[in-house]
Amino acid sequence: MSAANRLIPSSSQTVGPYFRIGLEHMIAHAPAVELASAITIHGRVLDRDGAPVPDAMLEFWCPECEPKQKDSPQGFRRVATDPDGAFAVTMARPVRREERQAPHWLVLIFARGLLRHLISRVYLEDETANAADLVLSSVPVERRNALIARSDGSDSYRWNVILQGSDETVFFAW
Amino acid sequence: MIDISNVELAAPGTQPDYYYPPYVSTIARSPRMPLIPLPQTFTERTGPVFESGLVRTGDNDLTAQHSGAPVGERIYVHGRVLDEDGRPVRNALVEVWQANAAGRYRHKVDAYDAPLDPNFTGEGRTLTDENGYYWFKTIKPGPYPWGNHHNAWRPSHIHFSLFGAGILSRLVTQMYFPGDPLQPLDPIFNSIPDEAARHRLVSRLDMQRAESNYALAYSFDIVLRGRGDTPFEENHR
Repeated sequence: MSAANRLIPSSSQTVGPYFRIGLEHMIAHAPAVELASAITIHGRVLDRDGAPVPDAMLEFWCPECEPKQKDSPQGFRRVATDPDGAFAVTMARPVRREERQAPHWLVLIFARGLLRHLISRVYLEDETANAADLVLSSVPVERRNALIARSDGSDSYRWNVILQGSDETVFFAW
Repeated sequence: MIDISNVELAAPGTQPDYYYPPYVSTIARSPRMPLIPLPQTFTERTGPVFESGLVRTGDNDLTAQHSGAPVGERIYVHGRVLDEDGRPVRNALVEVWQANAAGRYRHKVDAYDAPLDPNFTGEGRTLTDENGYYWFKTIKPGPYPWGNHHNAWRPSHIHFSLFGAGILSRLVTQMYFPGDPLQPLDPIFNSIPDEAARHRLVSRLDMQRAESNYALAYSFDIVLRGRGDTPFEENHR
């Protein structure tokens, strides 16, 4: 089919404040205990004023990162923020899959006030492969830290999503 | 030498901007720094696969989840999920949620004093079939007020969440109803600059699918990003 005949993808609209009605069924609450090498990433979603975003949903994707799961689709986690804008997600420690790619999870961010979801990535601070990662390298040096979760305990990492401001999270164009 | 092309951007005007001041909540929640081009690596070319166990028989009938029938206008909503080449997206997960006939959501932060309906939750999901086809039975949601500006009312709509063949085909949108006079007044609907794209979110009255003496029907086709010839199609559909 020629480019001229291609269909145009349907437009996005905000997830709104009531998404839990339809999306709660797949929100992960308990860690998947079968994982041998699980990590937890936790943090807060904050707006321009540093105010918590209590109605955000995050979806994490890492293909072939983990064995088949009983309670959630393989390599996929959906979590939602609490009244403090806080979230926590437990999943497999990401693995390196391609040359010039450090281990990472892709993250989709949805919220009331986001007419289209945001796309980000989260890396782990103690991975030596980060230095050669082609996506991290494409981000201006002063903004790279916004994509890197900081270790704050055994297999625990802290990563905030800042929607706007001088320390804004890095989001990708799509 | 690795040469990986960046993710293709949406056609101009067909997707809302993050910053759209008429929808006030975008002001403090939209990014202002430049968005970074995203290379298409293995991560972007693949997506989650949903087992059929996630969806049970009857999950697409929002009128039969309680002991009695919900109040309101019973309708069918149906259509096809297609990729950019017009090919059906099979086994796509479609999740929906909506207000009841009075315009009230069954959610703790909805403070509108319209009545809840004990026979309506407003939650449904399904997987598309071999032809990319889906259908729901539900009741037509009512319009409702919201705090965006003085006397702001949302037009009737059903929220849709979809997963196609890869994570970049992910779409969350809203389906509207034909002839609703609230649409031109709604900043969320109007956030889509391109008029034709905006109106593709309006469903069509479908008298072929309507059932005599039972229910009207609305058809709503959805196009997801992506084309059938992308790598990993077979493994990750």
